[in-house]
Amino acid sequence: MLSNSLLLAIREIRRNVLRSFLTILGIVIGVAAVIVMVTLGQGATAAVRTQIESLGTNLLIVRPGQHMGPGMSSDAPKFSLADVAALRHDLPALAAVAPAASSAMTAVAGNENWSTSVTGTDNAYLAARSWTLAAGRQFTPSELRAGRASCIIGATVRRELFGAQDPIGQRLRLKKLACEIVGLLEAKGQSSMGMDQDDLVLMPIRTLQRRIAGDQDVDVIYLSVKPGRSMDRTIADVERLLRERRHIGSMDEDDFRVRDMREIASMLAGTTTVLTSLLGAVASVSLLVGGIGIMNIMLVSVTERTREIGIRLAIGAREAEVLMQFLVEAVVLSSFGGLLGILLALGTALLLAGALKVPFIVDGGIIALAFLFSAAVGIVFGWFPARRAARLDPIEALRHE
Amino acid sequence: MADAAGRPEASPGSALIELRAVTKVYGRGSAAMHALRGIDLDIAAGEMVAVMGPSGSGKSTAMNILGCLDTPTSGTYRFRGVDVGTLSRDQRALLRRHALGFVFQGFNLLARTTALENVELPLIYQRVRRVERHRRAMTALAAVGLTGWAKHTPAELSGGQQQRVAIARALVTDPAVILADEPTGNLDTARSREIMDLLCAMNRERGITVVMITHEQDMAAYAGRVVHFLDGLVEPAATAVEDA
Ligand SMILES: Nc1ncnc2c1ncn2[C@@H]1O[C@H](COP(=O)(O)OP(=O)(O)O)[C@@H](O)[C@H]1O
Ligand SMILES: [Mg+2]
Repeated sequence: MLSNSLLLAIREIRRNVLRSFLTILGIVIGVAAVIVMVTLGQGATAAVRTQIESLGTNLLIVRPGQHMGPGMSSDAPKFSLADVAALRHDLPALAAVAPAASSAMTAVAGNENWSTSVTGTDNAYLAARSWTLAAGRQFTPSELRAGRASCIIGATVRRELFGAQDPIGQRLRLKKLACEIVGLLEAKGQSSMGMDQDDLVLMPIRTLQRRIAGDQDVDVIYLSVKPGRSMDRTIADVERLLRERRHIGSMDEDDFRVRDMREIASMLAGTTTVLTSLLGAVASVSLLVGGIGIMNIMLVSVTERTREIGIRLAIGAREAEVLMQFLVEAVVLSSFGGLLGILLALGTALLLAGALKVPFIVDGGIIALAFLFSAAVGIVFGWFPARRAARLDPIEALRHE
Repeated sequence: MADAAGRPEASPGSALIELRAVTKVYGRGSAAMHALRGIDLDIAAGEMVAVMGPSGSGKSTAMNILGCLDTPTSGTYRFRGVDVGTLSRDQRALLRRHALGFVFQGFNLLARTTALENVELPLIYQRVRRVERHRRAMTALAAVGLTGWAKHTPAELSGGQQQRVAIARALVTDPAVILADEPTGNLDTARSREIMDLLCAMNRERGITVVMITHEQDMAAYAGRVVHFLDGLVEPAATAVEDA
């Protein structure tokens, strides 16, 4: 019976090329849209995650004030190098403790100038953020102690000021301060938030404090926790120590904040999850539109198909045989359209993922879901009108207008 | 007695087709339309019967009941002695598949489907294998003089040719009965004669029982017997055998 139904179904598909094509098209579009959108959304989420993880999940960032963000000034007192020394001395769970004070400035070398961000810090900064040098060296202890005018630059600053030239040993000028370039950072590319991570100049923090900022402030402290130590315990220890040093009463709130990268990671991952849901919603609409398209084609052809069913019944087809033919027809069209949609989607997603530089992650669940939905639409709307017609007396099906 | 196809009769001696007090009412209440008011009709195997009568007299309704395309409101229809009213839908489908061939005034061929595939269709439901199916369909097309038209679709054929495809489809299963509802109603006189000659040949050469509705006296002249319908009844006077 199945081979017979297959024969009848294939004949019917072949002789109704346009109807078959439109049905397949509806399924292809629906399936492809969902898969492309969700694949890209998930790729973007994964990209953000890996980038955050590459920052180091054992990194803690301590800032004064309760809120953080660009342009937010706080009344809370800044940290000092004494705080940094105390953290280093008292908390053995910390692998690296790095002070940082930054300021935006124009760097000049020869005829070139480039505005960038200058951060005063020490070598622990490189360790805390797992940054490595492409050329040159770190700061020497005497440079750090004496506040010498030496600096380490990022790849963007090097490109803008020196082009392809070797920058090591060259000088650049920041305001009135002439700095000797002792190191070049390994290029890191754009961050997930679109920031250029190579557009920076590092110098010993004492140099920045004394010769540029003219104060004793430390804006941020970067901490990296030793592997195997509890992040939560360490955060609590850091908070206790800093509360003590900043003389915060036991009833008062912290006037600083310790954030770990997991928190930032989940925040960013949250936004990309929203993005994925949004894309998914858009895609569901196309799936629905595809479904309605299929439904329309099926319903429009009901009259013609009812007569066809009447003819088949009149020459001796049984109800079950007619239905089997329609079912096979719907399954063949849906599967074919579904497979085509999946191939199209995977190809498109692969190209787009390459262009957008997000990883290409195939989610079998979504593929199955999109496929099953389209197939269900095709089968339901192909089958139910057929079932109604096949239950008529042959003459009634033949009379159908 | 056995029919021409050599099948044993279910109840020997009785007619192939027996209608008893068959009525058909369309609609209900005040809108009820009594299309058949209780007809009795016997047709023996091998007969060629012409059915005549004014429009609306119930000819098509009776024909559809004979063809198991429709069910009567009351009365009994025996085919080879079996009460069709007691059969299930599927059993009636099998009766149509194996014993009955229907030719419609409007042809009722599958659109965009070649003549060959249309004629093959009943054989597909009979599970006839591909090679055999093709051979028998081509034979049937040859019998109606359409050998060269096998690959043409209904849209590429004239009315007469389409009706001949429909006849080929009806006779390809070698049925006991061919029921034709105004088979020449849409055709000109010359085409009509060809169709009538074909049906006569089927009756004479293969012993297939033929029942056909016609409006024209000279078409009815081909038949061995003429049955007259009037207002949902068979006219007793006219059921007399005129020749044979
Ligand atoms: N499906 C139907 N619904 C309602 N009335 C019908 C239907 N088919 C036929 N009739 C009526 O039944 C009567 C007999 O019709 P029919 O058997 O087609 O007559 P004939 O074939 O002799 O012209 C007519 O009055 C017709 O209007
Ligand atoms: Mg009629």
